Amino acid sequence: MQISMIVNGQTRTDDVEPRLLLAHYLREVCGLRATNIGCDTTSCGACTVIVDGLTVKSCTVLAVQAQDSRVTTMEGLSAPDSELHPVPAAFRAEHGLQCGFCTPGMVMAAIGLLADNPDPTDREVREGLEGNLCRCTGYHNIVRAVRTAAQAGPAASAVPGPTR
Amino acid sequence: MIPAPFEYVRAGSVEQALDALAEHGDEAKLLAGGHSLLPLMKLRLAVPSVLVDIGHLHDLSCVRVEGDQVVIGATTRQHELETSSVALTEAPLLAHVAGRVGDPQVRHRGTIGGTVAHGDPASDLPTALLALDAVVVAQGPTGRREIAATEFFLGFFETALAADEMIVELRVPRTGSVGWGYEKFTRRENDWPIVAAAAVDGRVALANMSGTVLRATAVEQALAGGASIAEAADLAAEGTSPSSDMHADGEYRRHLARLLTRRALEAASSGLSGPSRSGRPR
Repeated sequence: MQISMIVNGQTRTDDVEPRLLLAHYLREVCGLRATNIGCDTTSCGACTVIVDGLTVKSCTVLAVQAQDSRVTTMEGLSAPDSELHPVPAAFRAEHGLQCGFCTPGMVMAAIGLLADNPDPTDREVREGLEGNLCRCTGYHNIVRAVRTAAQAGPAASAVPGPTR
Repeated sequence: MIPAPFEYVRAGSVEQALDALAEHGDEAKLLAGGHSLLPLMKLRLAVPSVLVDIGHLHDLSCVRVEGDQVVIGATTRQHELETSSVALTEAPLLAHVAGRVGDPQVRHRGTIGGTVAHGDPASDLPTALLALDAVVVAQGPTGRREIAATEFFLGFFETALAADEMIVELRVPRTGSVGWGYEKFTRRENDWPIVAAAAVDGRVALANMSGTVLRATAVEQALAGGASIAEAADLAAEGTSPSSDMHADGEYRRHLARLLTRRALEAASSGLSGPSRSGRPR
């Protein structure tokens, strides 16, 4: 069936099977490979993207459910030739990653967390990221990165797009 | 993991959804947030041939006061419930428990109607609804009917909802300043409860102690008869039939039921109800 949505600021129309998961749509139809599929069971959060301003696990959303929505993946946070978005910039500065597999999901979840709570404590970061697992157990620097990103103020929770 | 193929119907109204259910019968399943159904479909434990999407029926998404009740629309997402000022003031147990479901991403999608219709015995919100003596409002081809939560959960993933009906509302009494407690034991914060206990107004409900969420009637009767919290909580495992699995054996679950019931009752009576996890973003 035909679906239409805004992905990283671009309106797209595609013909998809109803059973296509949003994660597969983003990776295979849109060619956006930042969104990783880890556990595929709504546990690990590696596939976290932002749909209409809220973080979701795209392995547990059908692409057809995102009809008419605005979807943002890690690629949509900043253009290749522009400055990094404050959250990935802070992950880089604080080395908030080890293997990097969980990073796109962590970054998107952190943006959602900062939208709700612009200046979280360490504990609030850990609770806010409870839906994201780092198999390298690199949590200390991830928490540090989110707190560093918070210093950027509202820019840290901003999601670029035509409606902003 | 990819679900088996199905036909997708996007309902534009409750009536359209009911028409689709009437047309396809047992073959059809309603899809709201999809966070109970899609995982089952990915594992092919559920293979509906038609999915009727009601996730966009915003008319069913609301939290409002009506007389002495709080009315929650079926497609209200857990995140909306946990942050609703009406729910936080008038049904604080429900708001708190909504915030204990899964993790933020799950709560952004999962709906209260979906979690109730799913009928999982290890589910947070049905436990709270049972303790609150909630009413499930279902709509079918012949109109609406009200089903008491105590008569709604019939068995393992089995509810009183007919194949041609859908949940449109949940109703709970306004409990305002009445003390409450919710204690949930998990290995990881975003897991289903290994056991959970909800207490409010002399009523106690348990998760994962049987094929359905259930009321701890022996505890309630003891409390009504003047027993102390400790004495009453000791009866929490009576009438339960907990399973043994990789997380806990039955005896351990019975222990947890007694312990968590005591803690939930103590929280309810102390007036110190509230998130046991400090600093939770709201």
